[in-house]
Amino acid sequence: MNKILIIAEHAGDKLNASTAKCVKAASTLAGSEISVAVFAAPGSKVAAQAAQIAGVARVLEVANAVHEHALAATIAPQVAELAAPFSHVFGPSTTFGKDLMPRVAALLGAPQVSDVMSIESATRFRRPIYAGNAITTVEVAADKIVATIRIASFEAAGAGGSAAVEAASPTVALPTHTRFVSLAAAGSDRPDLQSASKVVSGGRALASSDAFKLIYSLADKLGAAVGASRAAVDAGYVPSDMQVGQTGKIIAPELYVAIGISGAIQHITGIKDARTIVAINKDSEAPIFEVADIGIVGDLFTIVPELEKLIDASKK
Amino acid sequence: MDSPQPRRILVAIKRVVDYNVRIRVKPDGSGVALDGVKLSINPFDAIAIEEALRIKERGRADEVVVATIGPADCQATLRNALAMGAQRALHVVADAALEPLDLAGVLRKLVEREQPFLVILGKQAIDDDNNQTGQMLAALWNRPQATFASKVELTDTVARVTREVDAGLETIEVDLPAVITTDLRLNEPRFVKLPEIMKAKTKPLTNIPLGEIGGPGTARAKVQKTEPPPGRQRGIMVKDTAELFGELSKRGLV
Repeated sequence: MNKILIIAEHAGDKLNASTAKCVKAASTLAGSEISVAVFAAPGSKVAAQAAQIAGVARVLEVANAVHEHALAATIAPQVAELAAPFSHVFGPSTTFGKDLMPRVAALLGAPQVSDVMSIESATRFRRPIYAGNAITTVEVAADKIVATIRIASFEAAGAGGSAAVEAASPTVALPTHTRFVSLAAAGSDRPDLQSASKVVSGGRALASSDAFKLIYSLADKLGAAVGASRAAVDAGYVPSDMQVGQTGKIIAPELYVAIGISGAIQHITGIKDARTIVAINKDSEAPIFEVADIGIVGDLFTIVPELEKLIDASKK
Repeated sequence: MDSPQPRRILVAIKRVVDYNVRIRVKPDGSGVALDGVKLSINPFDAIAIEEALRIKERGRADEVVVATIGPADCQATLRNALAMGAQRALHVVADAALEPLDLAGVLRKLVEREQPFLVILGKQAIDDDNNQTGQMLAALWNRPQATFASKVELTDTVARVTREVDAGLETIEVDLPAVITTDLRLNEPRFVKLPEIMKAKTKPLTNIPLGEIGGPGTARAKVQKTEPPPGRQRGIMVKDTAELFGELSKRGLV
């Protein structure tokens, strides 16, 4: 019997979809009992949301005002304490999980498997290395295994669960050496880039911050999130939290539209699990076309407005 | 601060396959072909060295010490770091690759020896992409961590670090000593000039046998197989926007 503890990721009152993806990953391992640990401020609705994920047997809620903002240094020792009866401790391979889980693993003296893309057995995992240019199968010999789950590799587990929510109160002393100061969010009404079903991204060919309006406009027509290539971020056209790729966000939307993006290997790594990739680029030799399901060679400044008009017309 | 020690920054670096190399998986699945491949300092670690040097140049540190854990020929990577401007180098000589938890254990021992007020590392190495060692060191050292840093401001007792997180830019404050891991946009590493390379040859570089400081690794995780990723099929090309829209409609995407 595998006893798996998943550390929930959330933004105060809303559970992040990465948690249900971790549950899905855990449920691919036969004979597993899945618990979810929620570290939140008192009164948060997140534990109740976690209890509704199909496949979750139990939710452990650690309600404490210090968890208003997630800090790895504060959460890790509590996870290590709660982890005692578990065989596996999973977190999402998002910046939250990447920050937290190795600290947990070290406190437990346990090895961590990063970016798990499939679980072959309780001790065998597949994960990408070299920016996804090679896939390794790793066999782990340890009493306890810590892992981060590559969320682009798993769908979210469905709703319909009704797990019991239990209050948990780890007794370990919490450090005060790490303090939250502020979060400058991109602030947008658009879908979240990491979990959106459609994403429209712009690259260096946009040539200015102003030209990105074109990308936003098409995204709004499609109900899509907006992303960007590293080149566009480095050029200062858009903020870094919009970056898609190995060094930014790794995503797996139903539709990915790459506009004026040449398709550097590190960008492709971030999108290769997308269901359908559309590429618009004036260079017919651009590597993006090698992975695109639908490609069109031409001037984005002509094609994108034309496409918008056709979408508008179809809605009438 | 009333300290008997100079204010020291320890930077941990790793030698990896150069980021411009298109790696090749060996046909027998035993790993990635490394023979004759160009090796360089992990790009995130070059950013870590640069940040340490800038902190020293602002007068907030007295000494920058670089360390690596790896086989004998990693020395060239340390010389490169010395040429960038680090004062001293430590080479923990280990022939086989260590797991992140063991690497963190070795770094913990180096921290005991060197007593730095700051340890800076890359957020991940671009070969195994683990993103673990810095956080593990912070845990073993029982000190704060500020990962994925895009801005670092120091006073005598705290570091205020802006972090690149999925939700945007988060700023945290950590008491020193602390561990910082670097993200891409923290800085642009300087180019090394020829006279610096000459000068680096005479800077102190200490060899430390692994057995003296951590012993052999524990090899909890064994790689069974390495494969190339599944490729994507090249799709269709459309000639104009109308045809593009038609394809998207057909697939129910607009």
